[in-house]
Amino acid sequence: MDAKEIIAARVAQEFKDGNFVNLGIGLPTKAVDYISKEVQINLHSENGFAGIWDTATPETLDKDVVDAGGSNVVLQSGGLFFDSVTSFEIIRGGHLDMTVLGALEVDEEGNLANWKIPGKLLPGMGGAMDLVNGAKKVIISMVHTARGNPKILKKCTLPLTGKGVVDMIITEMGVFEFIEGKLVLTELTDGVSLEDIKAVTPASYDVALKK
Amino acid sequence: MDKIISMDAVGAFLKDGMTISIGGFMGCGNAHHIIEEILKTDVKNLTLICTDTARDDYGIGKLIDDRRITKLLASHIGTNKETQRQVIEGFIDLELVPQGTLAERIRAAGAGLGGVLTQTGLGTEVQEGKEIVTIDGKDYILEKPIHIDLAFLKAYKADNAGNLIYNGATRNFNVPMAGAATITIAEVEEIVENGQLNPNFIHTPFVYINHIIKA
Repeated sequence: MDAKEIIAARVAQEFKDGNFVNLGIGLPTKAVDYISKEVQINLHSENGFAGIWDTATPETLDKDVVDAGGSNVVLQSGGLFFDSVTSFEIIRGGHLDMTVLGALEVDEEGNLANWKIPGKLLPGMGGAMDLVNGAKKVIISMVHTARGNPKILKKCTLPLTGKGVVDMIITEMGVFEFIEGKLVLTELTDGVSLEDIKAVTPASYDVALKK
Repeated sequence: MDKIISMDAVGAFLKDGMTISIGGFMGCGNAHHIIEEILKTDVKNLTLICTDTARDDYGIGKLIDDRRITKLLASHIGTNKETQRQVIEGFIDLELVPQGTLAERIRAAGAGLGGVLTQTGLGTEVQEGKEIVTIDGKDYILEKPIHIDLAFLKAYKADNAGNLIYNGATRNFNVPMAGAATITIAEVEEIVENGQLNPNFIHTPFVYINHIIKA
């Protein structure tokens, strides 16, 4: 498995039967491919639907249904549509069990930066600021470094998406959790040593491996 | 009152410098035909409220390409490089608003509320210059309503009275924008006689809609 597959497969293990989950565009969405057959979840799309959906084919395409990334999808039977007010009431009101998002930077205080690189990149926060404040559990799924540069830092340098909002970080090297406000390394991916991870993780963290 | 107008009547509602809004998400649920009609006029210097600017040369993106927008309130412009270029160049004055906050600020304008209190954006740039209100020991940002001069919606079906139903995921920002504007014009695919829509399944009540256009 490559780095992204390792991350997606590990994220999928966090889904519990019956969960209602919002997945960010890209790597977080890839986790859907690895959900165990015993687990049924409902997904939430911030632009206004819930349930399970598939990529549209030329035969099934409906111009009125795109996912949060703008791709045409088809909602499976049992799903439902709503407007953006309802969608964000669900998000802010604490009705999502979990959100999985990407990050530019995360730090040891649980701060997240993923919406802006001043002077360079200005995508905007979309629904991310609402999601990190509202979802019961905030998981960051990302590759451990960006072109060799660490992303799990002592302090974020980029504009924040949320302050003290991250619960868990899943990378191809391992898993970190915030336990009683402290960043803790709880899992190492097979073949990765404590020294390997230390070398690319400037943040301070405790180690309490679960296996 | 006859609310049905023809597409070429849109131009008469537009004025330089006004605040318009267009519902939709990544072009899905944009009033595409009305956007084409706006481009036929010479209106400029518009303030635009929308959740995103779709893509270059698609949906709302066309108004950006044609440099009609000088102030923009949106939650996401990452899929439209031309928007980012015009912001960096200084042509567009951009206020990025968290998507849920944008929905609530628009809704507040239509609902007669003086604002909304939200924790979204606390501890970020979004909080800068805004009042913080503490309720039962928790901090919230006071976010003010966004009032709109002219809103353009896209629905699937209308009746003659202006009751609307939407298809699929197009309800998005079309629903809150109805009611937040002084004048609201809906582009629809089909117009039916009053009484032909099921009253149990109407998404936008007639009272918010001033004009409907079949396109």
